[in-house]
Amino acid sequence: MGIIIPIGVAVFLAFFIANILGYGGGPASIPLMYDQIVTRYGWLDNTEFSQMLALGNSLPGPIATKIAAYVGYDVYGWPGFIAALAGTIIPSAVALIYLLKILRKYKQSPIVKGMSLLVQPVIAIMMLLLTWNMAADAVGSIGYIHSVFIAGLAFLALGKFKIHPAFVIILAFAYGGFIIPLT
Amino acid sequence: MKNPYTELTIGMMRTGILGFGGGPSVIPLIRHEAVSRYHWLDDDEFGDTLAIANTLPGPIATKMAAYLGYKLKGWPGAIVSVAAHVLPSCIAMVFLIAFINVLSNSAMISNMIAAVMPVVAVMLGQMAYEFGEKAVKGLGKVLGITFFAISFLLLQVISLHPGIVIMMFLLYGAFHYKLKDRLKNKKTDRKEESA
Repeated sequence: MGIIIPIGVAVFLAFFIANILGYGGGPASIPLMYDQIVTRYGWLDNTEFSQMLALGNSLPGPIATKIAAYVGYDVYGWPGFIAALAGTIIPSAVALIYLLKILRKYKQSPIVKGMSLLVQPVIAIMMLLLTWNMAADAVGSIGYIHSVFIAGLAFLALGKFKIHPAFVIILAFAYGGFIIPLT
Repeated sequence: MKNPYTELTIGMMRTGILGFGGGPSVIPLIRHEAVSRYHWLDDDEFGDTLAIANTLPGPIATKMAAYLGYKLKGWPGAIVSVAAHVLPSCIAMVFLIAFINVLSNSAMISNMIAAVMPVVAVMLGQMAYEFGEKAVKGLGKVLGITFFAISFLLLQVISLHPGIVIMMFLLYGAFHYKLKDRLKNKKTDRKEESA
């Protein structure tokens, strides 16, 4: 293309496009980000991209923002970091805020009430399928015995004793780091 | 600790740091902070927000974080909430790239992350149960189970995207009470006729 766009704008646009077309949360945007980062702009090569993805997967937090932060910083320092994150987060966040604002305004109308009621069975099934996938992943990586043991304890801790999930997750970390290697 | 900014920062930072396994795994954590711990909104509102968030493109967790912050404190709240949620891991990403080989090849770290998965599964399962319970309470047993079956069919058997399935249900939901009223009126009409 004949037009030269400033690099900060290019960073913003690349992540804006990848995320606005990524329907279904962060993981769905990964191939689109690959397309922008590797194919279109050549900011990273194939190996660098997969290394970065590996690092991203071993850190907590949303994956799309981790990729944006890393690439933005790599290309254009802290301004790039901010431009990439802005492109990733702002458009969909603003859309959600305005959409919900409209819905909340008509909270009492039977139309909106019907909508919030009907969404519950879908969310329930969606969560059930996610539960199933997560459980299958757990069994696939640490086996049945560890998975069932951790899940049982987590169920008691969260459901019965109402322990904050943060503590339960930290305990699970410790179990994974120190007990699983012994077996 | 009544300052909403402090609550937002602590709550959203905790969900950002402990949310392993991508977007969906962090939803129960956000729900815990927003509904059970700090009462920023009730469970119904959380469910609506999650549903609408799924119909829009872009990362789920950051959209939820932005909305929660906005609800509490307007735009500054949205910025604080999103920043608290994403910055710790984003900054870690920039500085840890030097240790990439150590981190992504370490068996200890992959075991630690894998050990969190059953916990996340339990949390997702609890959410599924609670939303299912609410659906049955609101819709009645017959309709509730019918809609579970339809959702399962669309999501799992046909593999439609969740955002699209939610949109279909939202569309029907908009007419649900109208249809229900019409059915009720017909029944009462018939009763009046026979009487």
